Amino acid sequence: MNDPQRFEYVVRLGDNALVLGQRLGEWIGNGPELEEEMAMGNFALDYIGQARLFLSYAAELEGAGRDEDQLAFLRDQIDFRNVLLLEQPNGDFGQTIARQFFFESYYVLFLEALTASSDKRLAEVAARGLKESAYHLRHATQWMVRLGDGTEESHQRIQQSVDELWRFTGEMFSGDEIDRWAVDNGVGPDPATLRPAWDTRVNEVLQTATLTRPDNDWMHTGGKQGRHTEHLGYLLTEMQFLQRAYPGAAW
Amino acid sequence: MTTTSVSEAQAWSVLNRVADPEIPVLSITDLGIVRWIKRDADELVVGLAPTYTGCPATEVIAANVLTALRRSGYDAVRVETVLSPPWTTDWISDEGREKLHRYGIVPPASGQSKKSLLGGSRDIACPRCDCTSTTRVSEYGSTPCKAAYKCDSCLEPFEYFKCI
Repeated sequence: MNDPQRFEYVVRLGDNALVLGQRLGEWIGNGPELEEEMAMGNFALDYIGQARLFLSYAAELEGAGRDEDQLAFLRDQIDFRNVLLLEQPNGDFGQTIARQFFFESYYVLFLEALTASSDKRLAEVAARGLKESAYHLRHATQWMVRLGDGTEESHQRIQQSVDELWRFTGEMFSGDEIDRWAVDNGVGPDPATLRPAWDTRVNEVLQTATLTRPDNDWMHTGGKQGRHTEHLGYLLTEMQFLQRAYPGAAW
Repeated sequence: MTTTSVSEAQAWSVLNRVADPEIPVLSITDLGIVRWIKRDADELVVGLAPTYTGCPATEVIAANVLTALRRSGYDAVRVETVLSPPWTTDWISDEGREKLHRYGIVPPASGQSKKSLLGGSRDIACPRCDCTSTTRVSEYGSTPCKAAYKCDSCLEPFEYFKCI
């Protein structure tokens, strides 16, 4: 492989989309009401579609004869490069919304920056994905306010989800040598530069939703380097079962 | 018939008759997802823009395009996915908008996509009675591109093609 950093960078993007898409898909058949189940299904589709675009590009860069399905279904947990936030369980509906809100608030900023990428393939996927994430963020924002400023119970539960997930938000803005490579080559933004705009948006919405921003600044990291929480293994077990049990199965 | 005996213009007219699998009243050219048709040596290449990244109809559409063109005598045909610029509802043709309305789906307004994405709204009139007092039941409908509405006057449930 003559461009290993690019491969690594694209796999991270693909794994974020794949893992979040799989999580959102878990709501199908379990949604609190029909339209929300459809919304989650719609979002899951957007992300699985994005994962396919990113991972098929990664497979081309790798040039080892693997395709996007093999990258998705035959890699182990240690080879996954998604941020920890996205592998966290769905929890109740509010916890899924809080995860969506934290991630989409970051992702619209990230994709916007990625549309200016020197890598044309990535810029194209970003332009398409940006429109979708703008919709996702609207949905998550509406629900943050509705739950936070809703009943006593909805307020208490969404606050609990915000508190629970907060420690995974910092990883989205932590850069490493791969991010530095991306900045140096005009491929992607320095994640730290996205932080102020994210803070502004998150603070505004939390305030409107009468929620408290956690003051705990200690953050879990490691997902981007393949060090995951226990939850990813369970997710992969379910997602990969068929291809592991019946290698190469197609229909 | 061989590949060289049919022109690109004829290929367009073939694709004018390929229906969108999820909204069969529209052809894929009405929807604006056929971006271009061009020749690459002996091959005819069709550029298709997906409406949404994960739209499950995308592969069906690509297969239908190949089938329709082969039936019309194009032996060497290939489909390419065009992501940039991203598809927008502004590309739905006027005829397509008219067909959508007659089908009972309120077409997206032109030139509204950016505003709509950022949360702007407009009056959505009921396709049955034209009453503008309507209620959005769900922003997410039976397909990724539609939202569910209800008319406050005649109570007709209907779908609205979202602006993106």
